Amino acid sequence: MRLAAPLKTRPVRAEQIILFRISDQLFAVSSASVQEVRGVDSVASSAQEISHPSLRKVRHIMSRGDQFLFVVNGALHFGLPPSPSALVFVMRGTKTALLVDGIEKMTTMTVLQALPQAFCHEEREWYRGLTAIDQAVIPVVKPEGFLTPDELSLLEASHLGNDVSASTLVPEVSAAS
Amino acid sequence: MTPPAESNAFVLLRLGERRFAVSASLIAELVPPGRIFRFPHRTKEIEGVILRRGRMVPVCDIAERLGQPSLRLRRFYLIAQRRYTGQAEWVALPVTGECELIHADVTPAGETDSPHVSGWLSHGGEVIEVLNLTALTPGPGHISVAAPIDSLEMHQAQEAQP
Repeated sequence: MRLAAPLKTRPVRAEQIILFRISDQLFAVSSASVQEVRGVDSVASSAQEISHPSLRKVRHIMSRGDQFLFVVNGALHFGLPPSPSALVFVMRGTKTALLVDGIEKMTTMTVLQALPQAFCHEEREWYRGLTAIDQAVIPVVKPEGFLTPDELSLLEASHLGNDVSASTLVPEVSAAS
Repeated sequence: MTPPAESNAFVLLRLGERRFAVSASLIAELVPPGRIFRFPHRTKEIEGVILRRGRMVPVCDIAERLGQPSLRLRRFYLIAQRRYTGQAEWVALPVTGECELIHADVTPAGETDSPHVSGWLSHGGEVIEVLNLTALTPGPGHISVAAPIDSLEMHQAQEAQP
C-alpha cells in the first residue's frame, strides 16, 4: 500500500532560521523575527521584576527605548524542566523577549509543514509548523505565540498598576523626607 | 430489525490481546517503528511525530482508549487517514502484531455503541469492532486533559537512558 493523500506541506522560499535550545529541546525561529539577541547579564541590571500569580513564566520587564518588553521564560512556557538561560531574544513586532539557553546554529529552512491537526491544544498557538533539519523534526515557533492577547492584557494592567503605585509613592516619600 | 450488512475490505490490527478492524480504504501503509521526534505540546494522546517520506506524521497510541494497556512493545506503525473537516491527514497507530487484510460483512454500529465503534464484523470466530478513527484520535474541537508537564520530562529521561 502506498501513501496517497498529501499532507499540507508548504515549500517556503529558503528562510533563515535560528536553532536554539531550551532545556535540551531544540526549537527554530525565523531570524527575521528576532530583532536582537542579548546576553542575560546585560539585561539583568536594567530589568524590573513583575509577578502575576497566573503567569509564572513572566518575571521581568525590560525596557527598550520607550517601549517595554515582557521577558518570557521559555522553559516555563513550554512546560520543560527549568534550565539556566544565557540569552534573551527580543522578538520583532511583539512585546515579548524570550529567555533561551543558547543558540545551536543558524541555518536555512526550505520546507515548513503545518502542524498536524491531531495537535489541537495550545501548541497550535505556539508553532508556525514543523521543519526537518538534518533528519530531525524541529518545531518552528511563532514569535507572537508566547503571550496570548489575554495574557498581554493581564501583564499590561499589572505593569501599569505597579507604575501607578510607584508614582503615587514618590510624593509621599518626598513629603515624608 | 437488524441493519443490512455491507461487504468491504478491512485491515485487522492487534493491540495487546485484542484485534480491531479499520476500513482498508483509510490505510496508507504499515511501517516498522522508527524514531519518534518529541517536542513540547499539550495534546496528551499524541506522543510526537515520525518522519515518513519527508512528512511528519503524528503518533497516537489508541490502545488505552480501547481498554488495553499502553503499548510498550510495538511491531509496526499502521499509517491511516484521519478525516478532518475539509481534509484528511495521516496518523501513525502503533500496533503489537502483524496486520491482516480481510474482506468481511460489516454491521453498522448501533445507537448504544461507543462513538469509536463504526461497526462490527465477524472473522475467525471473533466479533471485531470496526474503529472510527475520528472518534479515537484527537483533532479540532477535541477535549482532553492537558498533557501533564512531567510527561515530556519522563520521555526525555527515558530517552536519555543508555
